[in-house]
Amino acid sequence: MTPAAARELPRWATAGLLPVLNLTAAFVVSGLVVLVIGEDPLKVVRLLVWGAFGFEEAIGYTLYYATSFIFTGLAVAVAFHCGLFNIGGEGQAYIGGLGVALVCLNLDGLPFWLLAPLAIAGGALFGAAWAYVPAYLQAYRGSHVVITTIMFNFIASATMVYLLVNVMIQPGQMQPESRAFSADARMPFMHQALAGIGIDLAASPLNLSFVWALICCLLFWLFIWHTRAGYALRAVGANPTAAIYAGISPARQTMIAMLISGALAGCLGLNELMGVQHRLLLEFTGGYGFVGIAVALMGRGHPLGIVLAAILFGALYQGGAELSFELPRITRDMVVVIQGLIILFAGALEFMFLPLLTRWLIRV
Amino acid sequence: MKEPTAAPAIELRGIDKRFGNVHANRSIDLRVAHGTVHGIVGENGAGKSTLMSILYGFYQADDGEILINGRPTVVRNSAAAIAAGIGMVHQHFMLVETFSVLENVVLGAEGGALLAPGKARARTELAHLAREYALEVDIDATVGDLPVGQQQRVEILKALYRGAEILVLDEPTGALTPPEADHLFRILRLLRDQGKTIILITHKLREIMAVTDVVSVMRQGAMVAHRRTAETSMEELAELMVGRKVLLRVEKTPARPGREVLRVEHLRVADGYGVERVKDVSLSVHAGEIVGIAGVSGNGQSELLEAIAGIRPLADGRVVLNGQPVATRRRGSDPRKLRHLGLAHVPEDRHRMGLILPFEACESAILGYQDDPRFNIGPFLDYRTIVADTAVKMGAFDVRPSDPHLRTASFSGGNQQKIVLAREIEHDPDVLLVGQPTRGVDIGAIEAIHRRLIAMRDAGKAVLLVSVELDEIHMLADRILVMSNGSIVGEVAGDAVDEGQLGLMMAGIAPAASAAGAGTMP
Amino acid sequence: MSKRMFLAAIIVILATPVTSMAVAADIQPAIVYDLGGKFDKSFNEGVFDGASAFKKNTGIEYRDFEIQNDSQREQALRNFARRGNDPILAVGFSQAAAVEKVAKEFPTIHFAIIDSMVNQPNVQSIVFKEQEGSFVVGVLASMAAKSGKIGFVGGMDIPLIRRFACGYIQGARYANANVEVFQNMTGTTGAAWSDPVKGGELAKSQFDRGADVVYHAAGGTGIGVLQAAADANKLGIGVDSNQNHLHPGKVLTSMLKRVDVATQQTFMEARAGTWKPGLKVLGLKENGVGWALDENNKALITPTMKAAADKATADIAAGTIQVHDYMADNHCPTK
Repeated sequence: MTPAAARELPRWATAGLLPVLNLTAAFVVSGLVVLVIGEDPLKVVRLLVWGAFGFEEAIGYTLYYATSFIFTGLAVAVAFHCGLFNIGGEGQAYIGGLGVALVCLNLDGLPFWLLAPLAIAGGALFGAAWAYVPAYLQAYRGSHVVITTIMFNFIASATMVYLLVNVMIQPGQMQPESRAFSADARMPFMHQALAGIGIDLAASPLNLSFVWALICCLLFWLFIWHTRAGYALRAVGANPTAAIYAGISPARQTMIAMLISGALAGCLGLNELMGVQHRLLLEFTGGYGFVGIAVALMGRGHPLGIVLAAILFGALYQGGAELSFELPRITRDMVVVIQGLIILFAGALEFMFLPLLTRWLIRV
Repeated sequence: MKEPTAAPAIELRGIDKRFGNVHANRSIDLRVAHGTVHGIVGENGAGKSTLMSILYGFYQADDGEILINGRPTVVRNSAAAIAAGIGMVHQHFMLVETFSVLENVVLGAEGGALLAPGKARARTELAHLAREYALEVDIDATVGDLPVGQQQRVEILKALYRGAEILVLDEPTGALTPPEADHLFRILRLLRDQGKTIILITHKLREIMAVTDVVSVMRQGAMVAHRRTAETSMEELAELMVGRKVLLRVEKTPARPGREVLRVEHLRVADGYGVERVKDVSLSVHAGEIVGIAGVSGNGQSELLEAIAGIRPLADGRVVLNGQPVATRRRGSDPRKLRHLGLAHVPEDRHRMGLILPFEACESAILGYQDDPRFNIGPFLDYRTIVADTAVKMGAFDVRPSDPHLRTASFSGGNQQKIVLAREIEHDPDVLLVGQPTRGVDIGAIEAIHRRLIAMRDAGKAVLLVSVELDEIHMLADRILVMSNGSIVGEVAGDAVDEGQLGLMMAGIAPAASAAGAGTMP
Repeated sequence: MSKRMFLAAIIVILATPVTSMAVAADIQPAIVYDLGGKFDKSFNEGVFDGASAFKKNTGIEYRDFEIQNDSQREQALRNFARRGNDPILAVGFSQAAAVEKVAKEFPTIHFAIIDSMVNQPNVQSIVFKEQEGSFVVGVLASMAAKSGKIGFVGGMDIPLIRRFACGYIQGARYANANVEVFQNMTGTTGAAWSDPVKGGELAKSQFDRGADVVYHAAGGTGIGVLQAAADANKLGIGVDSNQNHLHPGKVLTSMLKRVDVATQQTFMEARAGTWKPGLKVLGLKENGVGWALDENNKALITPTMKAAADKATADIAAGTIQVHDYMADNHCPTK
């Protein structure tokens, strides 16, 4: 997938310098847009960084967003490693959230230490189930997974609306949403959990799902690069013909990769529902499934890169909110423009600066 | 032959080109005289193709100049090259398969918005060219329907139609049968006699000796020698290419075949479009012998090999390994199971199938054996063992650089092939299937690979070799089966046959087809 | 800042002779819009219009924020509260949970929420009886439809919109027990609020089936409904704001939901010190909902129709007609 020129460059250049260049370009173009609407770009950057990292609560929010992006980023990355483009993270996360909510609503008599693993299993299972059909169609019927997963996003959305409007809603309630989870069925906030061991943090939506996200990163790393199954999965992604030669079935690996992908996306509900909203509601996925694509691309499919990219996008979300709070002229649409530019430069135009960088490095 | 005029047709002075860290051309000087066939030889990666790409305007040289007919010329793109009278016949043809010959020839030289007048002009012109240079081809045929040899003639016609005085041919005989190659050489001599200048790029020394007047040798980006063909030998050229003495022939003792290890019965294989590529092939391979399958590329050998290796489904027939049926039409086999039963496979195309280029060498070195308990601890791969094992294999097969963590893509073709061979041979199989073992491999490494295969045979293993290089088949095989159009059309002993007869059999005009496999069946 | 305080001081001096009211005049109102955004041509924009009118009338600046995702509701409310903005108006029923939580954290700050109920001592809950307004336009639609067939196009299929539909059907049946009502929802996702093409097609199919009047409660999607009515030479009914002017003579009337009035009112109450927590139900009686009659549609409303609508309005206000609220039991008694 990387152009030939990339192979000639050292790793620090392609994995370090290039993303920085892309980010800089995105910020420069955003700065121009900011100038046009009459604000000071430097002030905007200062506010953005302050809003994302300037105080404890801000960091909490940034990491809370990052948690969601880590789940969806890992989900996209695991499919990437198998040569699949899973656009369905959004729908898998949505249905995964249903799994989390069903566990939280129906088993809330259980103690948290028992409920939490069940909720994780519920989210992962439902997310994987939603990925199963597109995976099967790709593996055994040749329907392109990009198309089917997009379709399944729509089906997920419609299904959830039906369930919330007609089945799970509380009578007399205005909002199409489930009843609130009981106290036992809520993921403890980080500031609560740490207060227990004497660390005092400002309140923020950051919750223990963040820890699970980091554990997922570790498991991802172990699985992809250190297990036989991960080897088989990568072999199919890198060269399906060679995989067949080696007795590895691409169809089977497609299924495995998509199921893991769906399971990871399904964990989003832990952070959003069990962690913050404490109920099942419409469109809680908020497009995080799609941001996961950019996160996986920027993170080069490596957990460390994905964590960094997730924090970057978390900072954009949180810093962007603070920014439009401080400067009413920077509307939320402006913030979306900046996010879009970063996705554009980091994702779609990933290798735009590569020839330039190659030429420049060779001269040095 | 016309007397060469004073100024050479092409003169390159100090051409220098770098790609990143790779110094592809180092200050190359070359003079190609008018009306000669000038050969350029060198190993893969010696810089031949880069040099020709600079001449044809695909790349710009970092330094140096190009003189055409004594005039300094800047070749910015292929249009400029064509204008300067240079025509290029690429290794992979640049033809639109669904167009007719005539349409292909006028493509890009239509001479106006309307096709008809240009085509009419081209028709008379082509008839003239075809007569003059023995380039017979049906100009109204669809290109995709033509045999490879004729497609190549279309490429030559294209160049001549554009007024080429200098013709560059890049590995032109790769896909040709020996009779087709002979025809091509006749055409080249004819063109030369008419005053055209021809540059022939090849790695086949036999062709250099057969058709060129002058030969230049490249090694590691530099031009190391120029020789008059009449005054040199294949041995000298090989030594110049590699930089040390090379044995072109590996000595071997007569085979001592043992029990039958692999038997193929009435095998039929269809491709993805349902076209039958292997038609009722039966063969058997015994322990301690190398059976070679000769044939022009694309006559079903690849499909045969892949079907035996369990990668392709059988349409009919069966494969018996060590007396045990492993694949029938109803029950396909799978490569993993075959490996356990003692069958190893060096695939024809190591890039497409034999290796995973983005993987580290040690990861490619366990491809197919990833389930081996030796390499696993529970669900985890035991990288310490894998790396150590790879290092041992690299040492045994002299893979350079011997770094198990280097990306597979970073090795040269010869070293990549050695990784594949090391992986398959070191696993000590009973049967080794080998496809094109030395394709794209440096001459220096060819010798080592050939020695390995003979050593396998001498250790009592059965080897089934598929190669389109007749020399290779001759050198290695104890028995030769000739395949044409999906069928085995003849069998000859490894040392008993002359190339002319083999060539005829490969082209499907076999006189001795009666022997087809009959003697080998139980 | 000093300029604003100076301005506020002048207003205080000019407008209020009572010095004790001076503190209240210093209010710094803030608004948190719902996901639809400030300029949604509908609900949120109504709030924006009310706030703008407030600013124009009083010279008092206000702050506002458009959220991007669910978790920003709380964050935005808290941010405003922390900065001392008071009162803080949350737009839309989706904000209920967030308002409840933040209101507990800031007991001295006054919150208001539109379209939902939050039971806190410092929260004013403003809800509208859309079913009542819909009932009256249902009466008008039923009387205007010579074919005896009318239609309804909803936006996203949620209980709130079914409440509109249910009130409409009740009104229609009240005027003509045999009237046939076609009902369609545009979709099940947020996109259903902004799909005028689909809205137009749904309306067109209802017209094809014989409907003479189609009422929409579909936000931006409704623009397509009204257009289809004009194209088919039939009648549409607008919603939320007065949409009669969009196609003069082709819009029978509009069901008004006065969020602008509500916004202005709650700010004014805060300013005047008369602000009270608790439920504020705005129905026909309170002028929170109603129907629009202006020069664009006066030719369409016959005196009989006007009399019937006025009578229904009066009866509902007086309580002699009880309009069933779909959301009380998620059920509509009339089909």
